[in-house]
Amino acid sequence: MHKRLRTIVAAAVTTVAVTAALAGCSSGSTSSSGGGNADAVTAALKKGGSLTYWSWTPSGAAQVKAFEKAYPKVKVKLVNAGTGNDEYTKLQNAIKAGSGAPDVAQIEYYAMPQFALAGSLSDLSQYGFDSLKSKYTSGTWGSVDLDGKLYGLPQDSGPMAMFYNKTVFDKYGLSVPKTWDEYLADAKKLHAANPDAYLTSDTGDAGFTTSMIWQAGGTPFKTDGTKVTVNLQDAGSKKWADTWSTLVENKLLAPTPGFTDDWYKQLANGDIATQITGAWFPGVIESGAKAGSGDWRVAPIPTYDGTTAVTAENGGGAQAVLKQSKNQALAAGFVKWLNSSTESVDTFLASGGFPSTTSTLKSSDFLATKPDYFGQQDINTVLAGASDSVKSGWSYLPFQVYANSIYADTVGQSYQNNGDLNAGLKAWQAAIVKYGNQQGFTVTSK
Amino acid sequence: MSTLTRPVVPAPGARPGRTPRRIRPGKNDGSGLREKKSLPMTAIMVVFLVYSFAPLFYLIVNSTKSQDDLLSTFGLWFGNGFDLFANIRDVFTYNGGIFLQWFGNTLLYVVVGAGGATFLATIAGYGLAKFRFVGRRAVFAVVLGSIAIPGTALAVPTFLLFSKLGLTNTPWAIILPSLISPFGMYLVWTYAVDAIPTELLEAARMDGASELRIFFTIAVKLLTPGIVTVLLFSVVAVWNNYFLPLIMLSDPRLYPLTVGLNQWSQQAQGVAAHPIYNLVVTGALITIIPIVVVFLLLQRYWQSGLGAGGVKE
Repeated sequence: MHKRLRTIVAAAVTTVAVTAALAGCSSGSTSSSGGGNADAVTAALKKGGSLTYWSWTPSGAAQVKAFEKAYPKVKVKLVNAGTGNDEYTKLQNAIKAGSGAPDVAQIEYYAMPQFALAGSLSDLSQYGFDSLKSKYTSGTWGSVDLDGKLYGLPQDSGPMAMFYNKTVFDKYGLSVPKTWDEYLADAKKLHAANPDAYLTSDTGDAGFTTSMIWQAGGTPFKTDGTKVTVNLQDAGSKKWADTWSTLVENKLLAPTPGFTDDWYKQLANGDIATQITGAWFPGVIESGAKAGSGDWRVAPIPTYDGTTAVTAENGGGAQAVLKQSKNQALAAGFVKWLNSSTESVDTFLASGGFPSTTSTLKSSDFLATKPDYFGQQDINTVLAGASDSVKSGWSYLPFQVYANSIYADTVGQSYQNNGDLNAGLKAWQAAIVKYGNQQGFTVTSK
Repeated sequence: MSTLTRPVVPAPGARPGRTPRRIRPGKNDGSGLREKKSLPMTAIMVVFLVYSFAPLFYLIVNSTKSQDDLLSTFGLWFGNGFDLFANIRDVFTYNGGIFLQWFGNTLLYVVVGAGGATFLATIAGYGLAKFRFVGRRAVFAVVLGSIAIPGTALAVPTFLLFSKLGLTNTPWAIILPSLISPFGMYLVWTYAVDAIPTELLEAARMDGASELRIFFTIAVKLLTPGIVTVLLFSVVAVWNNYFLPLIMLSDPRLYPLTVGLNQWSQQAQGVAAHPIYNLVVTGALITIIPIVVVFLLLQRYWQSGLGAGGVKE
């Protein structure tokens, strides 16, 4: 596993130096001539052609069908090449091999820098797509707009909120926590009252950890060209680790890995009473834990000071055009339709996704949705509020996919030993620094 | 494994002198060995038995449950309804019946890949065992060396090579690497050294039989237990192959069952997750049936061959 990833990432990274040099020459022209090339997209869509699109989104098939109806001359071959990491592995292989990559691929925000900074993705600002900025939430735009280049258009977003089981909260007299201290108190109270029940589950998940550090105001990863700084002991990282260690050390977390049948089971029967997670969660729990219908509610994520609303993004992704594509203008046209046309966004919403487009987040239809699963609470009002309070300034590593893959060997150990998470974070940092330097980055530990 | 299940019946093909005798517990059977009952050993074996059968039991029990039952009832016992047949129907119809396509792909990869691997391993192993030629030692070193390299480590280089040849995302990407079985060849080789008396080959040559005829009429028959063992290993290896197809194939219509089922399992994650664990579990149960059948059909060849060469006559 690690050997494989190391090979793959090595491949990606060796191209960094080359592309960095190339970028130096060409960046001046692309941004200014963007307007002229917008016509190229229109022309390409008119002319037609065929595209391959890698995605695991459940709404993909319906979206492609609608697109082909709108542009009959364009044929899109939708391929589910795997979810998340599996797809990235294939993408990296195809990029290294020089052929076999799709024209358009779904890439999660955390993996975006890895492909973007290695020069594998087409800069969409050359087609004038940077003018679409106002259509998207700042959190999602910041994830595709890296180093002044636009590497994709956001599809979904996952501003974090707290989903909780009201029935369980009422039964055990828990108050909906506003601060993390209150959250910890609830965790102790619930588990003491019912040893089978836990306030939440977490067996160590890199995506969750980075999001929580993000919310706590940490910025552990900073990238400038090939210079990377890692500080997983900055104020925010430490703040989160100190808080969450209380749960880890006192065995107050359900030892159930996410997205397993047991996890769904415990969400449905109330043995796991909250999830601190992205706004896409309703779609997950509604289809996965049907028996919990009516019990659940959503509230803003607890904060450290209890006054200012602040949250982070968890999950979500964008569609990007691969440089390997022979028809990048056409591919860009597809991406633009896919993630900005009302028709496509509506299809995406119907499948349970959470949008990244501001117009949708403000629309009265969207805000007025009152699902039975959540006791007819207008959950989208809370979730749209969350997308407004995403903290800015966060960035991922240019090899985050690899870093996340070694998370279990480092921070995961702290979880397993019920130990201090700071020790795990330090071990993770050491591994990240060592790997990054091996791959030709200049990584400094702070 | 199989000797435990059939202690009394003589293995087919066993010679009269080697028929296992019924051994009376606790009494000296004349061989100088006493069979003793050992409580700790029995306990350990029971633990192993439970350990081996628990997953299978889980699989059988849970394939009778609907998705809701699967998530709401106790994992190691039956649920409220009996949905096995509904599950089986759903497995074969879900997503436009893609499971059947995966099943067919796996069969193709197994028949051509494992079959071809066995054939190649047999002729190569036989040749190396029974013919003297220049470079035999070098071949030996290369074969032993290649056994030591795990297939996983070769997957990415193989991918790059196949990509240059334009073979990625085609069935060939799975079949060609499966054809090479250094371990199988090594097995046939060592087996052939003892199983085929060189005098027999010389006698056949004296009688004017061609090398091909000798191979197909004499060697293959004598090698059958070895060939079947190699076949079993290859079939299991190709059937379980996960990493290579995962890397090579991007079109779900070419997936084997292993990769396909994992894709179903991953549907439980992410935006608009749609868990279909009942289909994953039932699909997994269906997936192991052919391999169990193959084992049951071939084990008698395998078993009778294991002792060959063990006793000097």
